[in-house]
Amino acid sequence: MGNFDKKIAKFIEIFIDQNGYVKVLEGLQNTLLIAILGLIIGTVIGTLIATVRVVPKYKTLPKVLNAICSVYVGFFRGTPMTVQLLLFYYVLLPLMGVRISGVNVSILVFSLNSGAYISEIMRGGIQSVDGGQMEAGRAVGLSFGVTMMKIVIPQAVKNIMPTMGNEFIALIKETSVVSFVGAADLYVAFNYIGSNSYEFMVPYLVMAIIYIALVMLITLGIKLMERRLAKSDRRN
Amino acid sequence: MIDVIDLRKSFGTNDVLRGINITINKGDIVCVIGPSGCGKSTFLRCLNCMEDPTGGSIIFGGVDIADMKVDINVHRRKMGMVFQQFNLFNNKTVIENIMLSPVYCAMEDRRKAQRKNTLNKIKNLFAKEKAEMLPLRPKAEIKTEARDRAMALLRRIGLEDKADVYPSTLSGGQKQRIAIVRALAMNPDVILFDEPTSALDPEMVGEVLDLMKALADEGMTMVIVTHEMGFAREVANRVIFIDEGKILEEAAPAEFFGNPKNPRLKEFLSKVL
Ligand SMILES: Nc1ncnc2c1ncn2[C@@H]1O[C@H](COP(=O)(O)OP(=O)(O)OP(=O)(O)O)[C@@H](O)[C@H]1O
Ligand SMILES: [Mg+2]
Repeated sequence: MGNFDKKIAKFIEIFIDQNGYVKVLEGLQNTLLIAILGLIIGTVIGTLIATVRVVPKYKTLPKVLNAICSVYVGFFRGTPMTVQLLLFYYVLLPLMGVRISGVNVSILVFSLNSGAYISEIMRGGIQSVDGGQMEAGRAVGLSFGVTMMKIVIPQAVKNIMPTMGNEFIALIKETSVVSFVGAADLYVAFNYIGSNSYEFMVPYLVMAIIYIALVMLITLGIKLMERRLAKSDRRN
Repeated sequence: MIDVIDLRKSFGTNDVLRGINITINKGDIVCVIGPSGCGKSTFLRCLNCMEDPTGGSIIFGGVDIADMKVDINVHRRKMGMVFQQFNLFNNKTVIENIMLSPVYCAMEDRRKAQRKNTLNKIKNLFAKEKAEMLPLRPKAEIKTEARDRAMALLRRIGLEDKADVYPSTLSGGQKQRIAIVRALAMNPDVILFDEPTSALDPEMVGEVLDLMKALADEGMTMVIVTHEMGFAREVANRVIFIDEGKILEEAAPAEFFGNPKNPRLKEFLSKVL
């Protein structure tokens, strides 16, 4: 075990004395930024797509929009995140003449990717809401969109909270590939510490612990939120 | 008030309604009866275009609302609807259920007026004749008024203490009475009922029927799909029998139940009475 003590000492030396912690904080910030913005923007995209997919389809516009959405969802669910990152960073954005940083590309791709997954989650959530809720909204003269926003989606969101939590956790974990496009996440930070000490055991162990801690925090947050949302189920 | 002219509705190859003609006048209480699956619900749901008719017209307030070009939402605000399964908004409290649409509609009118005022302001910069500004009601006033109205309605049905609870905590009879006052809160010209007591425990049927009777006495126009023959006989001023996609008999209740003419109606009544 003496060996392990030395490794820890070495890690602490680089972590603190050589400002390794700055890198780690930066990595943590990027990881969270990409996952959280990805989740938020993805939720907006996903809700819009899910709404398009449940609109009654006798008119042309909903049909066309629905077809576009299917292609979109098919692409982002059908390819690995890494491939999407590389495709956007090295192919699509250069072709469009856009130059943005690795972190911003990651946020973009994570948003689009989670948008595709969340649209399917949200669609399931919307379909799980009793059809009578939409009918009642329409019957008091509210439009499809307003009833969706005020009545159906809030109930759908409540039903999908656990699944959305899993999606957020998946996003956090998937950020570990953003170094492919040069975004400095937790992996990059700990890899830096490891490279400087020629010692990877402790850095990667600490990295794993940070990921687990993040996931546990999120799980707790979701539990609290679910309890709040369950308000309308309770007898009082 | 409602003129139904040659109303047709098919689901695929299933021709459910094959030419329904009826006029519903102000103050009418029309009960709709018929065997299960004959299209009573479909007929009722076509009246406010919850189902889009396949053919024919529904003239309501002088407008053919079966025409896909009309803004159906505006017309539905004048046609309340009460469902077999109550369909209270689960994510809203009782009072929010009642206030939701009145507040939304008033706010929408306010937004429209505001837009018009902005437009007029710009026009007034150039025009000699200044256009009048539309008055805008304060938002708080709109909400307070809707809340007062909702509370008054709840008081009427003796459920004011339930204003702030969620529907999941209520009994079926309470839910249905709240669904009825939710429809009333829009000040509708007519209320459509689709088997309002069929999903209720027997001991709760009475409280809902009593409320409907009270509305009838106040002169509310109502179209009621029901299996409650006693209620139809007592409250309706006209009863219609639908089968084979058509109205096979239409008469005042005494005549309808006492001296039915159509053979299918005779057979139906002999089974249910
Ligand atoms: N959305 C729909 N899609 C396809 N078929 C439908 C739909 N709604 C109703 N139908 C069909 O139309 C017919 C009439 O149904 P409807 O619900 O109007 O009958 P009903 O007279 O109200 O019956 P009940 O007394 O059981 O309520 C039935 O054959 C039914 O299967
Ligand atoms: Mg029915």
